[in-house]
Amino acid sequence: MTLSRLAFFRAGGSALPGYRLSLTLTLAWTGFFIILPLSTLLVYPWQGGPAAMLSALHDSRMLAALWTSFSCAGIAAACNIPFGFLLAWALARGHLPGHRLADALIDLPLALPTAVSGITLATLYGPQGWLGAVLAEFGISVSYNKAGIVLALMFVGLPFVVRAVEPVLRNLPQELEEAAHLLGARPWQVFIRVIAAPVLPALITGFGLAFARGIGEYGSVIFIAGNQPFKSEIAPLLIVVRLQEFDYPGATAIALVLLCVSLLSLALIGGVRRRFALWSEPA
Amino acid sequence: MTRYLVWGASWLFILLVLVTPPAMVLTEALKDGLGASLATLSDPDAQSAIWLTLRVSVVAVVLNTIFGILAAWVLVKFRFPGRQFLQILVELPLSISPVVSGLVWLLLFGAQGWFGPTLERWNIHIAFAVPGIILATLFVTLPYVVRTVMPVMEVQGRDAEEAAVLAGAGFWQVLWHVTLPGVRGALLSGVLLTTARALGEFGAVSVVSGHIPGETETMPLHIENLYNGYQSVAAFTMAALLAFMAMSAVLLRSAPDWIARLQEKKA
Repeated sequence: MTLSRLAFFRAGGSALPGYRLSLTLTLAWTGFFIILPLSTLLVYPWQGGPAAMLSALHDSRMLAALWTSFSCAGIAAACNIPFGFLLAWALARGHLPGHRLADALIDLPLALPTAVSGITLATLYGPQGWLGAVLAEFGISVSYNKAGIVLALMFVGLPFVVRAVEPVLRNLPQELEEAAHLLGARPWQVFIRVIAAPVLPALITGFGLAFARGIGEYGSVIFIAGNQPFKSEIAPLLIVVRLQEFDYPGATAIALVLLCVSLLSLALIGGVRRRFALWSEPA
Repeated sequence: MTRYLVWGASWLFILLVLVTPPAMVLTEALKDGLGASLATLSDPDAQSAIWLTLRVSVVAVVLNTIFGILAAWVLVKFRFPGRQFLQILVELPLSISPVVSGLVWLLLFGAQGWFGPTLERWNIHIAFAVPGIILATLFVTLPYVVRTVMPVMEVQGRDAEEAAVLAGAGFWQVLWHVTLPGVRGALLSGVLLTTARALGEFGAVSVVSGHIPGETETMPLHIENLYNGYQSVAAFTMAALLAFMAMSAVLLRSAPDWIARLQEKKA
């Protein structure tokens, strides 16, 4: 009682009304919609005892699915870095003709519902699709294998990289590049030392956000992936498969790994970014 | 020279990667003519999917807007222990896989869940029914309003509100007449993002829905069903409709800017 009074009293720094009411409602809402559901992930796997949990984690099909998800998300995020950088550059500094339209189009993958992206990419890059047929001429097949997963994850992850890099490029003082030129730096030196270095933290952020999105992505991937166990089965799909088999502990074990990796990568990126931000801060 | 190279490469990439998908949706939908694709929308299962999606989205948008405003208010205007932790919690659904966002509700309310069997005895069905779909949608759309409104409220400061309180205004009056008018643009943006996500949510809803055509199938689930049943025209027509709805919500966010620009031109 005294404790809660103290907490309320400490908020007295603000003379505004509605503190108690809005805090109570916010806590109730987050309690029911965030804390209660997520606590199931932490508790449920242990309900069958630690042995059941350990055996669930030793499932080779699960390890293969996790590897597929992580590797494809990593490759897709890495591939997005040059393209994302190019588009961000064109928008922020390149005076791209039609930049307003281009700007709106960049957000398209975020606005398009994932099921729509899924069936569209599968058709587009399928053997008879507009782009799939062209690639097939060169003997490249991108549907129903890992290349398809990477492609779909590149599509959904692209806006994260562009939107992370673009504001940094916009704020970068152009005088620095001119000064570097005048001091005799070659174009590639200007690029590496004056442009790429301050943009690096933003690139890492973009990579991390795209990666975190990629490991959990479901709708845009499952139609193009082919979903063969041990080959092109992503971890979120295996959760669905386990649920259909009524193997709830198995599904929860995968979910817990996905959640931990996604939170860990976001935390790591936060840390790396803070470090680099200090280093690249103009003195 | 380099500039033209950048322009060419950028637009080539945009055309190949970003313009082809929506173009493909339209051509596939209209493959047998407009009449044929419109006919697919009058199918009873399609109609029921459209209505279910609209109903679920309205509930999610209304509830999460109310919650979002209150949460942003308490997180911005007050300082209390655990404030940052609460902020992290509120943003958590953004970094969780959609499938996991659905799974947690099964672990609570499914047949093997914590409360499922008890509720089943009282004849309350949540998993594989509409309430489960609503819960999953509320979960994935929870952060959007808070996230868009908070930074603007932060900039707004507290002076105007404190003046209103001194003049005798109560909580709801301050919120309605002082705070909300100042964050109108951000609030609209947050509401529209919530709408777009609620309309298009697939993974989370797919896990809890049970996929009963005509009953628990939302538009995205119905698209999956049609596509896997090789009903390409119907699938892409539904996809075009859903994409149009979600993308208009996202684009409408700049509506205040357009109106302001129009008024400027007139003046």
